[in-house]
Amino acid sequence: MVSELPWDPKTGTLKRALVDGMINPACRHALEAALILKNEHPTEITVITMGPPIAEEVLREALAMGADRGILISDSKIAGADTLATSKILADAIKTACPDFDLVLCGCHTSDSETAQVGPQITEELNVPGIAYVDQLELNNRSLRIQRLSDGFTETLDMPLPGLITVTTQQNAPRYISLSGLEDAFSEADITCLDLNDIGLNSGLTGSDRSPTRILRVYSPVTEKDNTVMRGSAGKIVQQLFDQFDDKIGGAIGKDIKEHQS
Amino acid sequence: MTMNEQLTEIWVFGDYRNYFQNRVTLQLLSRGVELAQKTGATVCAVVFGHEVDEWVGEYIAHGADRVLVIDHPELKQYKMETYVNLMVQLIEDLNPDIILIGATNFGREFAPRIAKRMQTGLSADCVGLDINEDGIMVQTAPSFGGNVLAEIITPECRPQMATIRPGTFQEIPHNYERTGEVVKLELPDNLPEERVKLVQSERSTQRFQRIEEAKVVVCGGRGMGSKKKFRKLAELAALMNAEIGATRPVIYANWIESEALIGQAGKNIKPKVLFSFGISGAIQHTAAIKNAEFIIAVNKNPKAPMMAMADIAIVADANQVCTAMIKELKRRIR
Ligand SMILES: Cc1cc2nc3c(=O)[nH]c(=O)nc-3n(C[C@H](O)[C@H](O)[C@H](O)COP(=O)(O)OP(=O)(O)OC[C@H]3O[C@@H](n4cnc5c(N)ncnc54)[C@H](O)[C@@H]3O)c2cc1C
Ligand SMILES: Nc1ncnc2c1ncn2[C@@H]1O[C@H](COP(=O)(O)O)[C@@H](O)[C@H]1O
Repeated sequence: MVSELPWDPKTGTLKRALVDGMINPACRHALEAALILKNEHPTEITVITMGPPIAEEVLREALAMGADRGILISDSKIAGADTLATSKILADAIKTACPDFDLVLCGCHTSDSETAQVGPQITEELNVPGIAYVDQLELNNRSLRIQRLSDGFTETLDMPLPGLITVTTQQNAPRYISLSGLEDAFSEADITCLDLNDIGLNSGLTGSDRSPTRILRVYSPVTEKDNTVMRGSAGKIVQQLFDQFDDKIGGAIGKDIKEHQS
Repeated sequence: MTMNEQLTEIWVFGDYRNYFQNRVTLQLLSRGVELAQKTGATVCAVVFGHEVDEWVGEYIAHGADRVLVIDHPELKQYKMETYVNLMVQLIEDLNPDIILIGATNFGREFAPRIAKRMQTGLSADCVGLDINEDGIMVQTAPSFGGNVLAEIITPECRPQMATIRPGTFQEIPHNYERTGEVVKLELPDNLPEERVKLVQSERSTQRFQRIEEAKVVVCGGRGMGSKKKFRKLAELAALMNAEIGATRPVIYANWIESEALIGQAGKNIKPKVLFSFGISGAIQHTAAIKNAEFIIAVNKNPKAPMMAMADIAIVADANQVCTAMIKELKRRIR
């Protein structure tokens, strides 16, 4: 069975510590969007990630792309956090580390869980305006004009800052990281590590205590059909397929594919 | 955890903006009716908008016992913050047990914001919903990036919330004789002003939802090998009036636009015949092809999960079979 990421069958949670430290694709587009904004509007870009200590790699990669500083939220008590708990922790980290933020950019979803929930939930926790699934953005006088494709509509929206957006992978193709940038990011990286105490979440509650959802069980579904197996040369197989199932296939495609004797 | 909890109300968010392409609300009503039968709950659609009587009627015809409606010119267009505020007020007043929301782009932004306000759980992209013996909703969703399904519950917090992709459940055929209670509510006058302003909204010219309705779909995966070889599938599809679908690695490699993605993160399909070329059959993909009537899979590896799911499992090179099919179809079709 293919499994892209290691998961723990007992707890049903991801063993994130084993996952390669690599920026999530949508987050990389979000960072690119921030870097483009910074070109025209001088600002400081802080990258925040929550995860095991190895997640520091993600921050280094982000610094090599051009972010100014990185913050790692790491704590043994965050394990098992669902999206509600994750968004609470990230929002509190933002309030602690960047109390005067102008704009928070998130990826529209992570490639491992793909819930797409954390961004909108941080929006609520920070109580700022927010827009999800942003394709393009442009800043004019503290107002962000965005474009997105949403449920078959092309929308243009204006949002005052401070605010939060989640960015799709359609636009803002991430830049390549130069080797020197990567070296700098490893030698003189501005990275701060914070635990839950540092961001004011010192009640002793764990990630799972803060999570309303519970996982009952995790299983691999097996679907086995009583099927026909065909082997041999491609040409022969295709002949056989069309001869045997000409009605079924022909009916579906609306064309007669019966072998015509001539 | 309360044992044998008595459910009273299941709410379905009336997402009517794309009614003609996307019938997810009707599909959720149908599943809601089945869940309600197990617990004696009522199924209630919630509709915000202006001049929405048409949808109210549709929802009753498709199974809603009750429709909560706020009809006001202010709500003429979908507005995220306003809709969240309205929904949260309704939930606080009426305490529904379950809220089901279609995983449209709007729904996927709307649901997490409501869950956050209510401090309750939400599971995304469920492929199954059921009620267990304790009266709690079991939400089955593909999970953890591997070939696994997870059963998730929200044991203590209320409401229990889930988003579900279009095409996951079947709608109940309409019955315009059905009657239901329509509760018209006023737009509260204490609503905070919407901070995000909609400047322009145009129906996109992009093709929409054709693949969901297609009778024949040709799906290609990483096993096609390259962009150039993947393009051969287009020729095959054209010969069969078929639509083209793809797996995620194919989208990531940019062999085809992301509209073609079939799976948990993409579209659900239900073709009469599905051709699957070079696809391993990860759960995130196969969850969306469960309703295909007849599957022909081509894979070099006879043990790939996709082959076990197929009616015809062809153990061969996907490119060679694709080319041979093109040749043979050209010969046979006249
Ligand atoms: C949160 C999340 C959401 C996801 N959502 C989706 C989704 O919506 N849709 C989706 O598709 N995936 C999704 N995925 C990815 C999914 O888990 C799989 O990785 C993906 O479906 C695999 O695609 P594939 O079958 O094309 O590639 P692979 O798994 O690499 O399989 C390629 C197959 O091709 C066969 N092959 C190789 N060469 C040949 C040849 N010459 N001829 C014939 N066969 C050959 C191999 O035997 C293999 O079985 C998601 C993953 C996550 C974590
Ligand atoms: N552990 C995390 N650390 C930092 N950002 C996160 C984390 N989890 C989720 N996010 C953000 O939320 C987005 C959506 O995540 P998800 O809801 O898991 O699909 C991601 O693209 C990130 O921007």
